[in-house]
Amino acid sequence: MTEPLLRVENLQTHFASELGTIKAVDGVSFDIPRGGILGMVGESGSGKSVTGLSILRLLGSRNATIAGGRILFRGEDLLTKSEAEMRAIRGGSISMVFQNAMTSLDPFFRVGEQLVEVLRLHQGLSKKEAREKALNALELVRIPDPVAKLKSHPHQLSGGQRQRVVVALALACEPDLLIADEPTTALDATVQKQIIELLQEINQELGTAILMVTHDMGVVAHMCRTVAVMYAGRIVEHGDVADVLRTPQHPYTRGLMASVPRLRTEAAGEGHVRQRLYQIGGSAPLPLRLTDGCAFAPRCPEVGPECWEVDPPTVASGAGQEAVCHRRAEEKAELTGVAQHVGA
Amino acid sequence: MVGYLARRAGSMILVLLGVSVLVFLIMQLVPGDPVRTMLGPTATAESIAAVRADLGLDQPLVQQYVSYLGGLVQGDLNTSLTMAQPVAEIVFPKLGNTIILAAGALVICLVIGVPLGVLAATRQYSLFDRGAMFLSLAGASVPVYWAALVVISVFALELGWLPTSGMYDVREPGGLGDLLRHLVLPAATAAVVPTAVIARLTRSVMVEALQQDHIRMLRANGVPERQIVWKHALRNALPPIVNIVGLQVGYLLGGVIFIEVVFSWPGLGGQLYTSITSNDMPIIQAGVLFIALVFVVVNLIADIVVALLDPRTREAVG
Repeated sequence: MTEPLLRVENLQTHFASELGTIKAVDGVSFDIPRGGILGMVGESGSGKSVTGLSILRLLGSRNATIAGGRILFRGEDLLTKSEAEMRAIRGGSISMVFQNAMTSLDPFFRVGEQLVEVLRLHQGLSKKEAREKALNALELVRIPDPVAKLKSHPHQLSGGQRQRVVVALALACEPDLLIADEPTTALDATVQKQIIELLQEINQELGTAILMVTHDMGVVAHMCRTVAVMYAGRIVEHGDVADVLRTPQHPYTRGLMASVPRLRTEAAGEGHVRQRLYQIGGSAPLPLRLTDGCAFAPRCPEVGPECWEVDPPTVASGAGQEAVCHRRAEEKAELTGVAQHVGA
Repeated sequence: MVGYLARRAGSMILVLLGVSVLVFLIMQLVPGDPVRTMLGPTATAESIAAVRADLGLDQPLVQQYVSYLGGLVQGDLNTSLTMAQPVAEIVFPKLGNTIILAAGALVICLVIGVPLGVLAATRQYSLFDRGAMFLSLAGASVPVYWAALVVISVFALELGWLPTSGMYDVREPGGLGDLLRHLVLPAATAAVVPTAVIARLTRSVMVEALQQDHIRMLRANGVPERQIVWKHALRNALPPIVNIVGLQVGYLLGGVIFIEVVFSWPGLGGQLYTSITSNDMPIIQAGVLFIALVFVVVNLIADIVVALLDPRTREAVG
């Protein structure tokens, strides 16, 4: 197997708080191959955004520290890079797009100026060359009338256009990896779809790998090849999108899938039955991790006594699909037991 | 732009009218008779009455005000009661000197206050930040006349570095160097409070500016921190800073009255002080009116600059 573009190994990102150390990211590992798209889903506070920010070392808060792990980008550990080296990587070979499309651009500078600034910074271009490349970047994100848009200020653009400009900024220097942190959250549904499709096209045309942080299962189904489900700072399940969405293994993933609203209600008999949307009881915990055991146990419909005390094991099921759950481990043990019995 | 300016000019005239009424009324309420002061203790009742009639002071108040205003519109500021000279001839050069002093102080405010606030904001909660904010709180609380006396005793009397007074007229020989030498101490003293206010405000708007989403976006694009702070964040924080600077100009013009008296600066403030003690009403009226005028004009300029700074409002005024 060739070396992945990005390999995150046992990443630990901690926040100091009055309550104690919050392990926002607690031993997260995943790979993104060149040109791959990994979806990272989870509720607010599950650590998915912090994972994205950790990769670029952009946590920004004095309370946040990356306490352990390795982030290997093209085989080099980003955690050992100097701040100057990181600056060259940010926007150069790894870019990030954030969720607030409306406020991600500096309102005081023209779109062209902002693009030129980043281009000159990373590629040492002359003003003229940078302006040409800025125009290319706007064309790449299919913004209408790109020449005029270079001279526009952000407030003259719609939300969708602004997010396109943000994507253009992120892609201007042709990075290998784009971290998209809920890039469609603040946008209208139709515009969301356009941005998602834009990201897909860019992935296909330029081969830019994407880490898609989202809480939208629809987005994951639409554009990702693999998906990692995060809960309370850990990845509880990951695998190919088709496998994870069709046959979710972890009780949390199952709950997530069950709580996706569906337009077609099963027509049972005459008339249609109004179904209440499934809801996972309780709320996501603060990842303080004071005790061992599964963080999802308090909300889990399949909880057993061991779930409260012992960290759950990782169970592989099918091609590359893995879940971290005592129940699944039990079932697998039973199955292999039966198989051995049958085989004997 | 034209409509905006016309509206602002209209409200400016209203403000100035209000100020003129207030000054006029306050002078009526102040104890002491200007004519008696003018003629001295030996004046007879007849001569006082004659002078009153001559100056129109025997007329009803409203009529006095109207005729004062009428003169004002034609550029006639009356004649000084104590110096037998047209008020304009006395007030204009003094106003010039005061503006020199205020401008000097303003330069100090901007050169020290803004960078101090920016640096404190980028090092939030550091020792530097806490030290700078403590100093600026202290600075903002210092009474100007007290600061002036301390400055004189330390820098002029003890150390003998700079003159305490002696700037009589800018147009006298001595040149710019001499003017600057005399300007340093009074301007620095006048700048203490506004510098502190500007530093504190700059810090708070910069802290806010640095938390904005597009700043995070710049960081994610590898833009160096210095460029983020001084180019982007400061640019975003500039409008409120310009506004507060405009207001501080008003404070400076008020504050220089004390400064001018203590440093014997030949400005409008010092002149107002002498005129108030001698009840020289036309000079007081003109002086206060001009301070108000400068204040209103400076703040109008500040508002226009703020509107032009922000591309979102630029179209509205431009």
